[in-house]
Amino acid sequence: MSDAFAWLYSDVVKEHFTNPKNVFNPDEGFSHNAEGMTGNIKCGDQMLFMLRVEGDVIQDVRWKTYGCASAIASTSMLSEVVKGMAIKQAYNIKPNDIVAKLGGLPDNKIHCSVLGDKALRAAIDDYLSKNGRSGEFRNEGARIICTCLNISDRDIEDAVKGGARDWNGLQERTKIGTVCGGCKEAAEELLHEYVHIFGDA
Amino acid sequence: MERRFVYMDYNATTPLRPEVKAQMIEDLELYANASSLHEAGRRARSRIERSRSAVAELIGAKDPERVIFTSGGSESNNTVFATMFHLGRTGGRKGIVTTKIEHPCVLNAAKWLAEEGFPVTFLDVDEYGVVDMDQLKQAVGPETLLVSVMAANNEIGTVQDIKAIAAVAKAAGAYMHSDATQSVGKIPVSVDDWGVDYMTMSCHKLYGPKGIGGLYVREGCPLEPLIRGGHQEHGFRAGTYNNQGILGFGLAAELAKTELEGYVERVGGLRRRLRDGILAAVPKCRVNGHPERVLPNTLNVSFPGAEGEAILLSLDLEGIRVSTGSACASGSLDPSHVLMATGVGPELAHGSIRFSLGRDSTEEDVDYVVSRIGPIIARLRSMSTVSY
Repeated sequence: MSDAFAWLYSDVVKEHFTNPKNVFNPDEGFSHNAEGMTGNIKCGDQMLFMLRVEGDVIQDVRWKTYGCASAIASTSMLSEVVKGMAIKQAYNIKPNDIVAKLGGLPDNKIHCSVLGDKALRAAIDDYLSKNGRSGEFRNEGARIICTCLNISDRDIEDAVKGGARDWNGLQERTKIGTVCGGCKEAAEELLHEYVHIFGDA
Repeated sequence: MERRFVYMDYNATTPLRPEVKAQMIEDLELYANASSLHEAGRRARSRIERSRSAVAELIGAKDPERVIFTSGGSESNNTVFATMFHLGRTGGRKGIVTTKIEHPCVLNAAKWLAEEGFPVTFLDVDEYGVVDMDQLKQAVGPETLLVSVMAANNEIGTVQDIKAIAAVAKAAGAYMHSDATQSVGKIPVSVDDWGVDYMTMSCHKLYGPKGIGGLYVREGCPLEPLIRGGHQEHGFRAGTYNNQGILGFGLAAELAKTELEGYVERVGGLRRRLRDGILAAVPKCRVNGHPERVLPNTLNVSFPGAEGEAILLSLDLEGIRVSTGSACASGSLDPSHVLMATGVGPELAHGSIRFSLGRDSTEEDVDYVVSRIGPIIARLRSMSTVSY
């Protein structure tokens, strides 16, 4: 009998859930020079990434997660993937990269891994900011959503962090969709996702 | 303790009792259509009517004819709400009063009536899940058509004072319905003592088969069939009699009535053992639901700092089967509507586990769960962004 069918998730998810890698342990004396947190308890997921970065390379990483099995597994997998990686490359990791490495996740669990890369980027931003390089990677890996006004997913994310909660609020902050309006569906999908993640932080 | 399999999800469903299973296998031979006039049909019909009497006895209904067999709790509840739709749209009363902690089939049936223009009130509950009686009295009036309140909650086990609620409904001239799906077979149920006009039952919660349930309808109370067709069930519910299901229900009801007293005492004792064991094994957890007015088998506990689906799957890996009110397990973004209505807040709702015991549960099962829950919560909390 295959565990993939006997269990809710893939064998890889099960392994990372039962034996997660790089979990922060306060007794270990891990020293880090950057950290980032995303999500909130209200929505059921919260992740914290701690990085030790030297020469723009992630030397080591620790994390903590409040969340379901796939949230724990995807954070664990992400932590393995980014060890030894240049921060610029790590900044470009997409949720789907992690989902693929986990051997897939059920559709309703994809957002768990979306949180992991956001926490990681927040930690890298923290490192850049501490080194007087705020916003240096701002457009790394950004995806243009509104082609008329050149508005990216990052701009939508920032607008939500800045208080936008609905389409009107998003338009007030970004002017998105005020020309041809063709991006509305894609933008609203992102808006919904970001409000879920950042809405009550 | 050695690893074992422990089923503690009896509120989701129960296993078929061996006696009922054996009887049903035998009754598979009883193939005749119970509406047929020949001897074989009459024999099947006679057995079905005996089952009806057994179900009526379990719920204290004097006239077995007032019990209608349906496919289960969802159908029974929907039949009542569909009846109210037909009554309300022809004029007169239209008000529906229910609660925020009902089963989704009542909540969604009530929302459907709201969309159809019926004024619907969803009553609040207190921190223990008890209906606010003052709010009920305010909400119920001369325009109220139906008051529908579940007898006991499936998630937290809180038992409502249906007798007092029905008195408010009756004083205002409204119909009283109670979804007793989780109560029948677990606590004494009496349609006359409670004063309900309609009451919903399901067979698979009392060690009988799935796909069969019942609806009690008081004499003089209207009922609009949800399924139209033949004359079965006095024309209130068409469809060829489900011989095996009905006969299984009858036997399960008969056994449940005989064993009720012993069940309450024995399972109630196991629940207390489980509750005390968990409270001792896990710091900073919280028992949800009413401390006394609660089903003898249902224990809902919140473990702050740990998320419900992760707890559930950790227990599952140890062979323990439970449920959670976490959003992650339901596929929605919101945690349990029941726990949120009690005001515990999202963190405690996300981190909640429902242990529901049953007639096959043992002290060894309880002790095994207690031995595993401590390390599981400690492990998840050690990984968590929230410290405890």
